[in-house]
Amino acid sequence: MESTLIHQEPKRCSTRTFFLWTLPWILILGWGGLSAFLCLWKGLNQTNMSNIFAFALWIVFDLGVIALGAGAFFTGFLTYIIGKKELKSIINAAVIIGFICYSGAMAMLGIDIGQPLRGWFIFWHANIHSMLVEVSFCITCYLSVLTIEFLPIILENKKLEEIRGLRLFGHNLHEAMAIFAATGTFLSFFHQGSLGGMFGVMHARPFAARGGFYIWPWTFFLFVLSAIAAGPCFTILCTKLTEKLTRKKLVPDDAIQSLAKISGWLLSIYMILKIADTLGWIYGILPKAGLRLMDCYKEGPYGIWMLITEIIICGIIPAIILMIPKARKKMPWLITASILNCIGILINRFVFIIVSLAIPVMPFDRFWSYVPTWQEWGVGLAIIAYGIIVFSVSYRYLPVFPKERELNMA
Amino acid sequence: MTPLSFEWQWNVEYAIFFGLLYLALSIIGGTLTFVGIKTALQLMGLLRERHF
Repeated sequence: MESTLIHQEPKRCSTRTFFLWTLPWILILGWGGLSAFLCLWKGLNQTNMSNIFAFALWIVFDLGVIALGAGAFFTGFLTYIIGKKELKSIINAAVIIGFICYSGAMAMLGIDIGQPLRGWFIFWHANIHSMLVEVSFCITCYLSVLTIEFLPIILENKKLEEIRGLRLFGHNLHEAMAIFAATGTFLSFFHQGSLGGMFGVMHARPFAARGGFYIWPWTFFLFVLSAIAAGPCFTILCTKLTEKLTRKKLVPDDAIQSLAKISGWLLSIYMILKIADTLGWIYGILPKAGLRLMDCYKEGPYGIWMLITEIIICGIIPAIILMIPKARKKMPWLITASILNCIGILINRFVFIIVSLAIPVMPFDRFWSYVPTWQEWGVGLAIIAYGIIVFSVSYRYLPVFPKERELNMA
Repeated sequence: MTPLSFEWQWNVEYAIFFGLLYLALSIIGGTLTFVGIKTALQLMGLLRERHF
């Protein structure tokens, strides 16, 4: 029965092997399901979140996956708006990764708000001066765009394609993809930015607060830039991991190199602006608040090493590797740079969320620590398991990599 | 929230914020409707089907 759903060429693994591969992820998903059930049934007392840590592990996961999922809108922008044809061989994978990241983040937010039945309040009773409202609106709209972008890929399934109406609908949808890509770019620009802006306007917390342009703090622009610099690298990593696991070449080198080069340039621009922003923060904002740099890093495990790791090891080094054509053409260097780039953006989001809340603000405040409960880890890890399952199922049943057959002609 | 909601305020901020939101939603909805109608017309044989 299953064989009717899979294209004859290229070959896929047996049903048994596929089941064994997905089994551990299904178990983690089960752990996440139990955790989510407990949080919805008994409340957020199942977590270690508090009035101090209203943003905690789930928001770190959310902002992390949303930043890494930026490869979808940016690759779509490059493919359909700028016209980079070589990226057509990787756009499907980028869309699926984006869909996984955003739907996972939305699912996690559904647990995080504590009362999902009142989730619609943010849309109907909107406070338009809140950055979070803008984020909620744009993320929801963009998830619908991603679903629409995913739809033609689903409709290309061997069995579904036999239905004439669905095939036509998929093709027509594909023809209109430039409109959805442009809308997605607009929505993504604003929600990626507003996620950063949200921290930049925390004027009572000099660790996160920044100056800016009109209503937008510099973090607004830095978050957009960092997301479009790291998103393509995450797409490259997922593609290369799939190639490793399936032992097949899935994407031509020109597409990978094109994405890596763009990512390198964007990361370099981001690093210049990030360093300027950090210097402005050290010599402008902190002294005005009566603080010195080391006052922010003197307590707890979050030392100055985080800043050095984020900017030098996971920023400048991958930017240099990705900028040099000879270096990025060598696979170990490309993978190393992509991993460092993605770790850098995760550290950046972690610092803005957790460290901002942990360090004292008032002279009488103390350093606050936070350790997630197993329920929080369960929901967080379930998003990763969900992503792996969705991507594996998509790879098995859908033409995710259009050049796969051509690249693997023996 | 719509202009008919009791919290709605007639000022520039609301106009820009919700204007852009409804513009994005209209583009998404309009394009989907267009694609749906085009497919229906092709299925009824009233519009030529493009072969890929």
